[in-house]
Amino acid sequence: MNLVLHVWRQKNAQDKGKMVRYDAKGVSPDMSFLEMLDVVNEELIAKGEDPIAFDHDCREGICGMCGVVINGLAHGGHVGTTTCQLHMRHFSDGDEIYIEPWRAKAFPVIKDLVVDRGAFDRIIQAGGYISVATGNAPDGNAIPVPKPSSDLAMDAAACIGCGACVAACPNGAAALFTSAKISHLGLLPQGQAERFRRVVDMVQQMDTEGFGNCTNHRECEAACPKQISTDFIARMNRDYIRGSLSRRPDKVGGGDG
Amino acid sequence: MFQVLDFYKTANGKKVVMAITGLIGFGFVLIHMLGNLQVFVGQEKLDDYAKLLKSSMPILWGARLTLIGAVVLHVVASWQLAGQSEDARPVPYQKKLQKRKSTFASHSMRWTGPLLLMFIIYHLLHFTIGWKTLNLPFIEGAVYSNVVNGFKLWPVAAFYILCMLALSQHLYHGIWSLFQTLGVNHPRYNGLIRAVAALGTAVVVIGNISIPVAILAGYIK
Repeated sequence: MNLVLHVWRQKNAQDKGKMVRYDAKGVSPDMSFLEMLDVVNEELIAKGEDPIAFDHDCREGICGMCGVVINGLAHGGHVGTTTCQLHMRHFSDGDEIYIEPWRAKAFPVIKDLVVDRGAFDRIIQAGGYISVATGNAPDGNAIPVPKPSSDLAMDAAACIGCGACVAACPNGAAALFTSAKISHLGLLPQGQAERFRRVVDMVQQMDTEGFGNCTNHRECEAACPKQISTDFIARMNRDYIRGSLSRRPDKVGGGDG
Repeated sequence: MFQVLDFYKTANGKKVVMAITGLIGFGFVLIHMLGNLQVFVGQEKLDDYAKLLKSSMPILWGARLTLIGAVVLHVVASWQLAGQSEDARPVPYQKKLQKRKSTFASHSMRWTGPLLLMFIIYHLLHFTIGWKTLNLPFIEGAVYSNVVNGFKLWPVAAFYILCMLALSQHLYHGIWSLFQTLGVNHPRYNGLIRAVAALGTAVVVIGNISIPVAILAGYIK
């Protein structure tokens, strides 16, 4: 099939950028979306033009590197699907496809469709550490983890940090990402020691990075390729309130308790 | 040190303020609507109720200041939060984001809010203060006749009904949203929370709209 692409082209972070039209000819329905872009890029390279830059790594939907907004839908809008797992059979001959990078102040465009998601790393860093003893592997079941907690923690830990939640949010908020990271530790016994300090620090960092704020549109949940629930946002809010109410002043010397 | 100001500085803290003040607002509109329904009983009943509310100055002003404080905090926090979200996406999408789970109610909060603020000011000028410039029939203390004579004018009744429809959208998203913000979310109760939001909205809005409709229809004279 033949498609018309409108792709965001931007030379570097300083460039203003614009949409550029490309014809994608002879696209197979078996190609993934990224393979379709590979084919377009092969042609651009053959013509001596600059290929379209986009992020990708594993191409099996687990690394969180890829992600573009396709016709106003993050990752193209199929349930539980990253851009690399989106196949061209979902499109028909003659379709016009608009391809744009994630749009958020906290995700500056580096080039074309590639954005810098360092803000996510800094939110995780703000959470600090969890207390896990190093050395030999601990005995199995030395720390009992209730099955419902481990299931819920795993649901949150499914987050691959792709940033689709921010891209799809009308407010450009990072609440789903941050709440998933907070919850997957906060639900487990190993994460209890720093649980309430972590939530306060990560929530503060979310604002510092320049994300918007959650007004419960729930567009993030619809866009999330790992189908993470906005229930985790409520969990974050709950822990944030508890953490703020119970926070004690930092002691310099310590040990006087 | 983690204090109140640090809490308010974060978007999450502001949202908690929005939720609590919103809950106060919801409680008020519910009680206010139930009180207003006494217009269906008769003139004496409603006017006596109005007198009862004004019988104790400390309670009256305590309630008034609480409500004014709640409105001010709600408006200021929403203004700051909306500004933060506006700034969060400086370069817009060329192709607009498609809506999947968001609703008309969730998207319209940004304008139902300011509309309701204008409505509150107009409503106070109309029935509480009796501002002369509005040129509406108003006699101090004669609540029943003020209501009936006011709503006999169809543009006034129409504006009230329009604002109540805006309130329905604001309440429906707001009530559910405030539970989410306060972290009240559990698979066992999420259905109940949705039901409370829908039922609470329906009761308040239908109750309020029934008054101008009954007056325009000539049921209340």
